[in-house]
Amino acid sequence: MSTLEIDRARKLYGDLEVLKEVSISIGTGDFLVLLGPSGCGKSTLLNMIAGLEEISGGEIRIAGKVVNDLSPKDRDIAMVFQSYALYPTMTVRQNIEFGMKIRGVSRAERDKAVKTAADLLQMTHLLDRKPSQLSGGQRQRVAMGRAIVRQPKLFLFDEPLSNLDAKLRVDMRTEIKRLHARLGTTIVYVTHDQIEAMTLATRVAVMKDGVVQHLDDPQSVYDRPANVYVAKFVGSPSMNIIPAKLEVKDGNAIAIIDIPGAATAQLAGIPVSSQAAAKYAGRGILVGIRPELFSVTGAASAQKLSVNIDVVEPTGPDTLALFQAGGVEVTARVPPRAVAARTPATLAVDTAKIVLFDAETEQRID
Amino acid sequence: MSRSTPLSNRIENWLPRLVLAPSLLVVLVAVYLFICWTGWISLSSSMIVPKYDFVGLNQYVRLWSTPRWHTAVFNLFVFSTLFLALTTGLGLLMAILLDQKIRVEGTLRAIFLYPMALSFIVTGTAWKWILNPALGVQKVVNDLGWTSFVFDWIAQPTFAIYCVVIAAVWQSTGFAMAIFLAGLRGIDNSVIKAAQIEGASLPRIYRTIVVPMLRPAFLSVIVLLSYIAIKSFDLILALTNTGPGSATEMPSTFMYSATFRRDQMGVGAASAMMMLMTVAAIIVPYLYSELKESRDGH
Repeated sequence: MSTLEIDRARKLYGDLEVLKEVSISIGTGDFLVLLGPSGCGKSTLLNMIAGLEEISGGEIRIAGKVVNDLSPKDRDIAMVFQSYALYPTMTVRQNIEFGMKIRGVSRAERDKAVKTAADLLQMTHLLDRKPSQLSGGQRQRVAMGRAIVRQPKLFLFDEPLSNLDAKLRVDMRTEIKRLHARLGTTIVYVTHDQIEAMTLATRVAVMKDGVVQHLDDPQSVYDRPANVYVAKFVGSPSMNIIPAKLEVKDGNAIAIIDIPGAATAQLAGIPVSSQAAAKYAGRGILVGIRPELFSVTGAASAQKLSVNIDVVEPTGPDTLALFQAGGVEVTARVPPRAVAARTPATLAVDTAKIVLFDAETEQRID
Repeated sequence: MSRSTPLSNRIENWLPRLVLAPSLLVVLVAVYLFICWTGWISLSSSMIVPKYDFVGLNQYVRLWSTPRWHTAVFNLFVFSTLFLALTTGLGLLMAILLDQKIRVEGTLRAIFLYPMALSFIVTGTAWKWILNPALGVQKVVNDLGWTSFVFDWIAQPTFAIYCVVIAAVWQSTGFAMAIFLAGLRGIDNSVIKAAQIEGASLPRIYRTIVVPMLRPAFLSVIVLLSYIAIKSFDLILALTNTGPGSATEMPSTFMYSATFRRDQMGVGAASAMMMLMTVAAIIVPYLYSELKESRDGH
């Protein structure tokens, strides 16, 4: 059992509150990603879990045990750092063994553990090299090997892929995912890269200004973001947030979007409760539409928008078409060559996946 | 156009060489030429003025049969060993303590580094008074009530050399500390955090991880301190003036008095060559091994 419960954890530096009553709870084998821009408090939270930063308020429990006053070594955790944090004067083998030596593990057991970890990470041939003789990806592998031999209750990763180049990052990402599948250990992973969060996590906590904005599984965060901030942070290109007006006809919510030089679009079939529809009827709201919800052909039931395409950006597998609607620029992901720049087009929208937000609080309307 | 471009290019190519040429010339003449000249003199029978004859290794034989030279060599050995060990050790300890994110670090650093700004003459004179039994530490402790306290090393031939060590350590420790501190600041903090998570105690982290990472700083400190130790001359003159008797004679003071006071230029030159060879024997292999390793990429 290796659960992690963060219960109203706070962090203060003098009068500055960098974490405001953060509560997160994950189960055994979960892969929690703390996602947010720099300065959102995600690394501080990770350091608090590790015991490298004091907890100013609240509680953190690992496997049901309060660890607030435990030193890092007694928390049964292992951490992988962004800068790898390998000991430069030791060989790879000595780096991996270091922790076991300190804990007084016998030589035979140490050798066995090193061999297992080296086999798992395919770095047996690197064991007698110094970190300076390794590439970035190999160093990261050694750092993970050092964490694995600890057999901890909890793995902590602090932006482990940020220092790698784009291609290696994708490879290492897969490797981390595979590692998690094999070891089944609970992982907390900090990153500012939303793709890493989407691909790796079983739970994502999107953070901003020391507050968890949304905590859920990645697909739910993507499909039904809790607020406009999360909607824009997760997904690339990000979700279109279009100012519109909500009207109710025969109990059905209809979003009305102004489109310059064309008829107003009336989107029906938006999933929203009748109470909420009644509350917001006749008021301005924000309509969140992912770029891939647009299509050129469209199903029979789909709602339609007549727009003038400004710019077309081909990306290869598909094309991004940019147009104006509701006073903002909107991006649609359509098949290659489906539309042309500076020409009118009719786009269908899968309204069943549209998300509505309050225009003032920017919170999701359910 | 076609003419001026090559000309300006040529100037650009030659400019670094032109700028470096005067200092290179000065170093060649003032250092290497005079090393050769001293070597030549050490093989001649020069007394009060240089004489350009050849007497083989006679002056070296005379040098090594002078008891005063033996004292000087022994003193240099004692002095440099203690000076290097104490300065490096204390400097490292102070740097580690200063690196613990303490308050007023800037002020403390300036205080510790300040002795380095003094000349050895000032240090020597100040410590001569501090160590003087009738004026300094002994008097203060006696006046405080401990009348039987005795601290008169500077007046005792066996202990006087340790007084020189104390003054030199006081002067140079701050400097060693500054270099080590710079080295410590260059160490990635997460390395220490990683070791902490693995359960290593702070002393162990420093012993097995941090100090080995300071190798380049050790190189700088040891090279610079050895050179200070071997050339130490003004400190001795100001502090003990090679006394009591010749108890604190050092090779440098021996060389000076042989050449300019006792009209034995040949012996003086021979002692200078011995010093050069000592330095070379210590520094060259050390430099070689360190530089070779860094070229191999460690």
